[in-house]
Amino acid sequence: MGKVPVLSLVVFTPLAGAVAVALLGRRPQVSRWTGFLFSLLTFALAAWLFQRFDPASAAMQFAERAPWIPSLGISYQLGVDGISVLLVALTAVIFPIALLSSWDSVTEKVRAFTSLMLLLETAILGTFLSLDLILFYVFWEGMLIPMYFLIGIWGGPRRSYAAIKFFLYTMTGSVLMLVAIVILHLYGRSLLGAPTFDLLDLQGMRLPRSLEMWLFAAFALAFAIKVPVWPLHTWLPDAHVEAPTAGSVILAALLLKVGAYGFLRFALPLFPEAARSAAGLLSVLALLGIVYGGMVAWRQHDVKRLVAYSSVSHLGLVMLGIFALTPQAVQGSLLQMVNHGISTGGLFLIVGVLYDRVHTRMIHDFGGVARLMPTFAVVVLIVGLSSMALPGTNGFVGEFLTLLGVFRANWRYAAVAVLGAILSAVYLLWMIEQVMHGPVRARSPERLVDLRRRELLVFLPLILLIFWIGIYPRPFLARTEASVQQLARHVQAHTSYVQSADLQPSRGGGEGR
Amino acid sequence: MIPLPAMDLRVLAPEISVAGAAVALLALDLLLRRGQRALLRWAALGAVAVALGVTLTSVRGAFPEEGGMFVRDGITQLFEVALLLGLGIAILLGADYLPRFQLERGEYYALLFASALGAMIMAGSRDFLLLFLGLEALSIPLYVLAGFARRSPRSLEAGMKYFLLGAFSSAFFLYGVALVYGAAGTMRLDALSAVPGRGGDLLLLGGMALLTIGLGFKAAAVPFHFWAPDVYEGAPLPVTAFMSVVAKLGAFAGILRVFPLSLGFLAFRWIPVLAGIAAATMVLGNVVALLQGNFKRLMAYSSIAHAGYALVGVASGTPAGLWSTAFYLVNYLFMTLGAFAVVGPLVREGAEADLIEDYAGIGARRPLLGAAMALFMASLAGIPPTGGFMAKLYIFTAAVQGGQVWLAVLGVLTSVVSVSYYMRVAYVLFTGEVRPDVQANPSALASLAVALAAAAVLLLGIFPAPVLSVVQRVANLLL
Repeated sequence: MGKVPVLSLVVFTPLAGAVAVALLGRRPQVSRWTGFLFSLLTFALAAWLFQRFDPASAAMQFAERAPWIPSLGISYQLGVDGISVLLVALTAVIFPIALLSSWDSVTEKVRAFTSLMLLLETAILGTFLSLDLILFYVFWEGMLIPMYFLIGIWGGPRRSYAAIKFFLYTMTGSVLMLVAIVILHLYGRSLLGAPTFDLLDLQGMRLPRSLEMWLFAAFALAFAIKVPVWPLHTWLPDAHVEAPTAGSVILAALLLKVGAYGFLRFALPLFPEAARSAAGLLSVLALLGIVYGGMVAWRQHDVKRLVAYSSVSHLGLVMLGIFALTPQAVQGSLLQMVNHGISTGGLFLIVGVLYDRVHTRMIHDFGGVARLMPTFAVVVLIVGLSSMALPGTNGFVGEFLTLLGVFRANWRYAAVAVLGAILSAVYLLWMIEQVMHGPVRARSPERLVDLRRRELLVFLPLILLIFWIGIYPRPFLARTEASVQQLARHVQAHTSYVQSADLQPSRGGGEGR
Repeated sequence: MIPLPAMDLRVLAPEISVAGAAVALLALDLLLRRGQRALLRWAALGAVAVALGVTLTSVRGAFPEEGGMFVRDGITQLFEVALLLGLGIAILLGADYLPRFQLERGEYYALLFASALGAMIMAGSRDFLLLFLGLEALSIPLYVLAGFARRSPRSLEAGMKYFLLGAFSSAFFLYGVALVYGAAGTMRLDALSAVPGRGGDLLLLGGMALLTIGLGFKAAAVPFHFWAPDVYEGAPLPVTAFMSVVAKLGAFAGILRVFPLSLGFLAFRWIPVLAGIAAATMVLGNVVALLQGNFKRLMAYSSIAHAGYALVGVASGTPAGLWSTAFYLVNYLFMTLGAFAVVGPLVREGAEADLIEDYAGIGARRPLLGAAMALFMASLAGIPPTGGFMAKLYIFTAAVQGGQVWLAVLGVLTSVVSVSYYMRVAYVLFTGEVRPDVQANPSALASLAVALAAAAVLLLGIFPAPVLSVVQRVANLLL
C-alpha cells in the first residue's frame, strides 16, 4: 500500500459508478445492477479501510494532500480518524442496502435514480473525509442537489414542496457557515502568514472572544439545521415523509449524521472556548428535542412521520452526548450515530415494505400484520427493540455510554434524557402493537405477503450489525477512543482566547482601502 | 510616399479583425443566394476562431502611441477573449433559431460582431471619449438586434424601448464625462489622479454620479434596470442571450476602468454608493425573479441579480475584488449562455418556447440536455461544484477582505433565495409530461453550444486554478 490513495478511491468509486450508470443504464435492470455493484465495491474498499485502521492512533490516517487552488491555499486534503471511520463504514453499508431496497419500488427513471444515489454517496463520503474547509463545503453543498431531485422526482404527493423546503432550509444555514469559513481563513492568513483552509492548521489558532462566538454561531447554525436540533427541525418531517424509501433511509441514516459530525470535526476543535460556553444552551435544546420529538412521535397516525419524529428525539441524545464534552459521552454519541443509522434506517425500510404492499402508511389501516407476515414480524421486533435500546442490541450500548457520560457531566440532563428513552419505548411499542397485532384491518390483506428473499437480504446486514454491536462493541468503540480522547482534551484544555496584549494580529500590508 | 506616424497597428489587431469580420459578413450576404444563408454561420464561426487566435497571440501596448488612449493590457485581453468566446457560443446557439424564424442574414452577424467590438473597445479605453465610442458601438447594434424580428411586435417594442432608454442613459454618461472634464480638464482616465485639488470637487463628484448611472444602466443594476425584463422578453432568444452577456461584460469593463483603475483615490466616495447599489441589485433581482413564469424574464432578473454580485467585487475596493469581478463575469458568461442554449432550440407551436412550463419533461426525455440545464441552474445559484460557486466564493472573500462582511452575508442569503427559482426550472425539466405542442430537437451546433458551456462551467468549478492564475496575474500587473 503506502502510495495507493485509498480515501480518494473510497470517495470517487461511487462517482465512477454514477457515470457508468449514466452511460450504460439504458435498461433499468442494467442500471440497478451496475449501481449496486459499484456500491458494493465502495463497501469493500471501506471495509478494508476499517480493517486496516489503527485504533491506537489519534492522528489522521491514510492522509492525502494535493494543492487544489494554491493562490487561496485551498487544498485537496483527505484523512480519516476515529471520529470519521465509523461513519464512513456506515455510509458504505447503508448505500448498497438502500439501492437493494428500491429494486422493485423505483420503476420510473431508474437510470437517473441510481446515478443520483451514487452521486449522493460520493458527496457524503467526501464530507466525512475532507480536511480542507472549502473541500468540505463543496461536498457538503454537493449533497443538496441529488437529495433535492431524489425527493422531488420520486417522492410522495407533496414532494415539490418538501424538496425545496429541505433545500432552502439547509442551505440558509450553510451559506452563513461559508461566510464564517471565509472570515476564519482571512484571519488565519493574517495570523499564520499564509493563506490556508486547512482544518488542522486553523484549529490551533487563537481568536478574539467575540469573533470566535460569531463564527461558532454560524457553524453551529449550519450543523444544527442538518442534525436537526429543536426548534430547527421542521424541514425534517416533510422531507422524510415525502422522500422515497431509499431517500428516507439515506436522510435518516446518513444526512443527519453529517450535522452531528460537523460539530465534532469542525465546530468543537475550531472554536473550543465558544463551544464550552454554548454547551449549556445546546444541551437544553437537545433535551427539548428529546422530549418534544418523543411526545410528537407518539401522537402520529402516519408510521413514517412517527419514525421521522423519533429521529428528532434520538438525535437530541446524540447532541446531548457531544456537548457533555466528556470522552465517554462523545464516544457514546458516535456509536449512537451509527446505531441510529442502523435502527432508524431499518425502521424506514420497514415502512417501505408495508407501503409497497398496500400503499398506505396510516397506523389505523394496519393490524394483525404479524399473523400475515411472520418473518417480517421478527424483523420489526428486532429493529424496534434496537431503536428502544434494549440490552443485547446496539442501541443499548450507545445509549448507556452516552447517558453515563452525560450523567458524569450533569446528572440533571441525564435524568431528563432517560425520559426520552422511556418515551421511545412507549411510542415504538404502541406502534408495533397497533400495526402488528390485533385484528386485521387492512383492506386487501391478501397483498400483505411475507418478506421476499431480496427484502430479507436488505434486513440481514442490519440485524447482523444490531447484534454484533450489541454483544461485542469493542471493535467499534476501540477505533473511536484515541481520537475522541484527543478531541476532548483539546476542547477542555485549549484556552483559545487571545490575551488582551496580543489582540491585534499583524495585518498584512493594509490592502485596498 | 506619405510618412506614417509610428503607430503600432498590431496592438489593435483583435479589434481590426472583429471589425473586418463584421464588414466581410455583410458583404458575403450579398454574394449568397437564398438557400445558402447557412454559410454565413460557418463564416461567422470561422471569423470568431480567427479573432480568438489573433487575440491570444497579439502584442500588448498602447495605441496610437506609447501612453495612448487605447491600452491593450491584461484586463483588455481577458475581456477580449471572454467576449469572443461569448460571441462564438451565441452564434452556435442561434443556429436552430435563426433559420426557423427567417432571421439568418448577414446584418445579424455583422451587428453581433460590431456590438462585441464596442465592448472590446470599452475594455481597452483609457480615455473618456473612446469609452463613450465603445459604449455606443456596443449599444446601437443591440438596439437593432433587439428589434431584429421585424414581424414580431414584441421584438419591435423591445427594440424601441431599449433604444429610447439607452439613448437616455448615454446622455447621462456623456453629461457625466462633461462634468468630469470640467473638473479635471482632461479626458484621460489615467490623468484623473494627477489633477490637483480633486477630493471634494462637486463637479467631479457630480460627474462620477452621472457616469455611475450611464454604466449602471448598461449593467442593469438597480435602480437602472427597468428596461431589462421587457427587452429580454421581447428580443429574439439568441439576441437575448448575446445581450445578457456582452452588454454586461462591456459595462463592467467600463466600470472597472473608471472606478477602481482610475478613480482609486476617490474610493471612499464611490465604495459606499456601489455597495448600496450592489445590495439593492442583489435583493431586488433575486426577489422579483421568484415571481416570473417566463424564462426570458426570469433570466433578465437573474442577470440583474448577477450584476449585483459582480458589483460586490468592485465595491470591496481591493485588488482581489478586481480580479474576482473579472472571474465572476467569465463564469456568468458560460452559465448564462448555457442556459439559453438549452432552451434556444425549443419550439411551441411555431413560436419560441419561452415559458418555464413549456420545458416540462424535456429533461426526462433528453437526459443530457436536462443534466446540462440542472448544471447551469446550480451554477447560477452558486452551488458547488460549479463555476458559479467558485466565482461567488472569490467575490465574497474579497468583500470580507474589504471589510464589508454585511455585503457578503447579504450576498449568500440572496443566493439562497435564488435557489428556489433556479431549481424550479431544473425541477420542471425533470417532472411532468412533455407538452404535445412543444418540440425539442436541437441540432448538432446548438448541442455543441450546450456542451461547451457545460464543460466550461464544470471545469471552472472543479479545476479553477489555471484560469484563476491567469486572471490574478493580470490583476497583479495592473495594481
